[in-house]
Amino acid sequence: MSKRKSKETSSVNGECISQVQRILRERFCHQCPNGKLFGVQLQYKHLLELLKRTTIHGESNSALIIGPRGSGKTMLLNHVLKELMEVKQVRENLLQVHLNGLLQTNDKIALKEITRQLQMENVVGDKVFGSFAENLAFLLDALKKGDRDSSCPVLFILDEFDLFVHHKNQTLLYNLFDISQSAQTPVTVIGLTCRQDILELLEKRVKSRFSHRQIYLMNSFDFKQYLRIFKEQLYLPAEFLYKPFIQKWNKNVQSLSEDRTVQDVLRNHFHCSKDLRSLHMLLMLALSSITISHPFMTGSDLLEASKLCRMDSKANIVHGLSVLEICLIIAMKHLNDVYEGEPFNFQMVYNEFQKFIQRKAHSMYNFEKPVVMKAFEHLLQLELIKPIEGLPLRAQREYLLMKLLLDNNQIMDALQVYPNCPTDVKQWATSSLSWL
Amino acid sequence: MAAAWSPRARGGRSLPLALARNSSLSLGACASVVTSHRAGPGLSRGISIKSERSLTEMCIQLGEFVLVEGENADQPFVAKLLKLYEDGSQEKHAVVQWFSRITELPLNKRKLLQREVSPQEIFLDKAPGYDTDINVETIIKNVKVIPLAPKEAVPVRSNGKQIFFVKESWDGKCFKPLSPGSLSELKEAEKNKRVGSPSPLTDCQTSDFTCSLKAETDRVTRSTVKTKNVQMEIESRHSASKSSLSKERHSQRVANGINTPGARKKLQLNSPTKSRNKLTGCDVLELLGDDCDALESLEPSATKRKVTFTEILDSPPKISRTNGESDSPLTIRGDWSKLAETVRIAPYRRSQASSLKAKNLDGKDDDTCLAEEQELKTRSPVVIPRSHRKCVQKTTARIAEQLHFLNISEQDREDDYLPSTDCSDSSSNEEEESMVPCTPKRKMRSSTTLSTPKSLRKPSDITPAKTPRKTPEPRTPKTPRNATPRIPIRNQATEKPANVLEEARLRLHVSTIPGSLPCREEEFQDIYNFVESKLIDGTGGCMYISGVPGTGKTATVHEVIRCLQQTAENDGLPSFQFIEINGMKLTDPHQAYVQILQLLTGQKVTATHAAELLAKLFSTPGPKRKTTVLIVDELDLLWTRKQDVMYNLFDWPTQKQAKLIILAIANTMDLPERIMMNRVASRLGLTRMSFQPYTYKQLQQIISSRLNHIKAFEEDAIQLVSRKVAALSGDARRCLDICRRSTEICEFSSQKSASGLVSMAHVMKAIDEMFSSPYINSIRNASLHEQMFLKAIIAEFRRSGLEEATVQQIYHQHVALCRIEGLQIPTVSEIMAICSRLGACRFLLVESNNKYLHVRVRLNISQDDVMYALKQE
Repeated sequence: MSKRKSKETSSVNGECISQVQRILRERFCHQCPNGKLFGVQLQYKHLLELLKRTTIHGESNSALIIGPRGSGKTMLLNHVLKELMEVKQVRENLLQVHLNGLLQTNDKIALKEITRQLQMENVVGDKVFGSFAENLAFLLDALKKGDRDSSCPVLFILDEFDLFVHHKNQTLLYNLFDISQSAQTPVTVIGLTCRQDILELLEKRVKSRFSHRQIYLMNSFDFKQYLRIFKEQLYLPAEFLYKPFIQKWNKNVQSLSEDRTVQDVLRNHFHCSKDLRSLHMLLMLALSSITISHPFMTGSDLLEASKLCRMDSKANIVHGLSVLEICLIIAMKHLNDVYEGEPFNFQMVYNEFQKFIQRKAHSMYNFEKPVVMKAFEHLLQLELIKPIEGLPLRAQREYLLMKLLLDNNQIMDALQVYPNCPTDVKQWATSSLSWL
Repeated sequence: MAAAWSPRARGGRSLPLALARNSSLSLGACASVVTSHRAGPGLSRGISIKSERSLTEMCIQLGEFVLVEGENADQPFVAKLLKLYEDGSQEKHAVVQWFSRITELPLNKRKLLQREVSPQEIFLDKAPGYDTDINVETIIKNVKVIPLAPKEAVPVRSNGKQIFFVKESWDGKCFKPLSPGSLSELKEAEKNKRVGSPSPLTDCQTSDFTCSLKAETDRVTRSTVKTKNVQMEIESRHSASKSSLSKERHSQRVANGINTPGARKKLQLNSPTKSRNKLTGCDVLELLGDDCDALESLEPSATKRKVTFTEILDSPPKISRTNGESDSPLTIRGDWSKLAETVRIAPYRRSQASSLKAKNLDGKDDDTCLAEEQELKTRSPVVIPRSHRKCVQKTTARIAEQLHFLNISEQDREDDYLPSTDCSDSSSNEEEESMVPCTPKRKMRSSTTLSTPKSLRKPSDITPAKTPRKTPEPRTPKTPRNATPRIPIRNQATEKPANVLEEARLRLHVSTIPGSLPCREEEFQDIYNFVESKLIDGTGGCMYISGVPGTGKTATVHEVIRCLQQTAENDGLPSFQFIEINGMKLTDPHQAYVQILQLLTGQKVTATHAAELLAKLFSTPGPKRKTTVLIVDELDLLWTRKQDVMYNLFDWPTQKQAKLIILAIANTMDLPERIMMNRVASRLGLTRMSFQPYTYKQLQQIISSRLNHIKAFEEDAIQLVSRKVAALSGDARRCLDICRRSTEICEFSSQKSASGLVSMAHVMKAIDEMFSSPYINSIRNASLHEQMFLKAIIAEFRRSGLEEATVQQIYHQHVALCRIEGLQIPTVSEIMAICSRLGACRFLLVESNNKYLHVRVRLNISQDDVMYALKQE
């Protein structure tokens, strides 16, 4: 009986855990407008007012949202749009055009996309996609026809705004801003970019037409707020199905945030990067360790996740190398020390390796040159070494000049954790001079 | 075109002469004008237009209505011929009374009519300012214009596209019903005219001929085909042939030479396999038939025609007309004489029947039918003096043909046919001369022309389905293309401004057009005077306007145009046409031609073609053309390597007939010296104007005038904005934007402040928002390691003494700094991530390649800024 009961609870738990996973993953991975905004209340209000005036009063505007990657530019915009769409008057009138600098790589494509999103291609059949010039004239005509009072306001959202700046003559930007500054169809142009020098990139005529409204997102919170965000991000919502589980989970989160190790992990993470996206990444990794048998997140989960996050990719590759390859890397390290970072070639590395083998190596087998060459080429493929640019690649393989893409610190760290490393190799790594 | 006075003047005082233009160029384009003098040498009573190609001749009398070449090839002008004379330089001129189509009238005046206007309705144009004196050679053909009483409705007919109706007159300001006097006058003219003009019935018949290709015996089938196809055929034939006719004329002018008319083109389509050398008699006949079609529906094809001032012998109905085509093959090729014989015989047999049938068909329209009958009767061939030069000209024509590549390739190919046709034409004409027919026969012959082509065409030769398909094709895509796109209309009305601040914000928006432009009075006056003087003189000219962005260049120019238009409406000035292009709104400099042409005439063509058409337009004296004022905004973007666009733009106004005033706007004062070649700069001339950036007083005035006594700003606040902007750029747009932003800030914080006015603090905040550098603030908000990385960069720079370092070097510095601070040492991957994050924000300039640790890094902000930002903590 009791066995059956425990089974029942575990099945509830299983369902429960998958629900938790789903909810939290959605929160971390999507820029869903349901989530909460942190520390951008002013910007939120500004943007909301701006868009409201466009849609309700028909006032044309232009603005840029500037902030580093992961600072929540798109999220802010989505939040504002979501709130805006709740107003009936807005919902029925506002036309939206979403462009992305990575997708619309030139004005021609952008114009086609605008026409498509405004659903005007049916007005002219397929003719509008005739030529670029026709398309531009058509679109400008369309926008010119409208006026402040009668036309639907159009919201242009240019993601990766800085890429539009590189279009020829900045024709698209000029025209959009020009419309926003003249008595035509009311438009609002919102650009999203992470470049702080964006205004310097605008051509002077384009710049003059831009209204110079800039909304900055700065991640301007301190560690205390960061901790609060951490908690908010992990809390389960009140409408979660398994009510008793909510309490337990949320209590656990609360205790986590007070835990010393967890705080240390978070602080280190916070020092490295403040943006929420990286926090989401950390939590995502920690979340994946949650199972039925391990239903609550612990400090060690976070520690593990943090280790995964800050793992050094190149040093990781070194762990998987053969002893011969490690020896070659050590030889390169010594060459770097001797020649102060000057490039080397295979022959030099081979000589260095030979010196080591002949003098002191007891555990190492003296490989033939082609074998060493093969190992060297493997390193090249792993991009641990890289041929220097600007030289003809026609030179003999042995004499191609190379550079090591590893720092001494990385090599030493990797050697520390390298399994079954021969002692003489380790000693050789610490000092090359003792052999001379 | 060659034109000669007829030597057959009654008084025997005529002077044979050749009109200067193009006379020796080509036979193909040759047309002669013959006048007769009744009263004296200076006056003639009629004009005979003769088409070379189709060998038709059309006589136009004084008082008849004609189509005159205009800018738009699709829509030639309509006019009434009043007087013909020859001026001192022996050019033939005509004085006309203009009629306007509805499309020629200004848009805003069209509403005055308060009714739907059919495209066939025209207005007696009494507006001043048009040159009523035109060159005879610009006359295309005659048309039928029917005056209607004010109450009468414009009849709707599908087949009457070439008929116009006149009901009201237009004097430049309003529409008036025709006065009884002018109405009767017009009626008189119309009565006279009826005999000479083609009627819709003719069109109907010809179109029938093209479509139905049965043998002549198959009468029944034919009539059924006819009934079926007649409607569509008429439409298509009309539009196609009409446009081809006048367009031909256009391109002919451009090419200065030969071209093929539309009818010829169609022939090529129908029999594509025939080569030039293997021109069979059948082809010749067919070709003639086609020509005949074109001619029947539309008078002579433009390229090959003669314009003759004819002597009208007795009564108007005796207007002559040549119809010799059917005979031509006889003379060219003896082998085909037999065939030709049947040609000649067949029509005789059928002529009566065909006209009868026509009657039956169009029984609903008796009037037209009657006219047709009448017309048939009166079409008598006239004896024309033939110049023997023709044969010589033929060779020149051939050379000229080969030289002209301006036409489309298809046409070029078809030109090959020309010589043989010409040959047949001329010979047939000569034959015609020798056998002047008697009256009854004449009637027969005229109908012969109508039926010949059909009787000869073999069904196997041309697939009947092809003809109807081919003709309407080029028209169809145009309709959707001209559809006017627009943004959907909003459901709810916009809200009106609720309070003073909102009202102020609305007025301060850059898009609001102010009633007047303060602080630009001088510039306004200068530009106004310039354009006005040119308008009054009827000449052209250029003006170059420069100034930094936001100094009101475009606004001032628009204001000038607005004022001039108003004056022109009040008769203070000759009316003018205003068009505008913007370099930034073009995808390519050469698109400027396309846009200008489209704005001028509504045509849509390719850039190269547009350039030709425009060059032609501005270099030839056009009748009924207003002065054009062209604004070229953002001139510098029209720069091309060869500078041909700029060159052309500034070259046109220098032409005598151009009547083009160009106002070129750009940002830089020294643009002509800097980027223009000498020959372009020289044509631009020295009329320049420079808009200085606004001073703070002017900006202040602009804001106050916009606010217009709305109390929303404190005086000091306005002054602060103006001073700040004047010191920075003098850009009025910036000034208005700051003011607008300040009202928003004020509105948000108005709960706290007592006075509802925008104060200094609000303005300061707005200015800070817009102009303060974001760098320092962003650095302060960066993460600890990001800041450390910046410190490490500076440390490395100091160590090496260079302004550039590799990530590896910075990494070592970073590690050292972390040890001092007692922080956890980041891994290389983390450092790389930090580096790329800072690079994305452009704090750093990071080399973009995959050199990993050896990537070189530079600071994008000054070291001092970084130090300042980091020290504050």
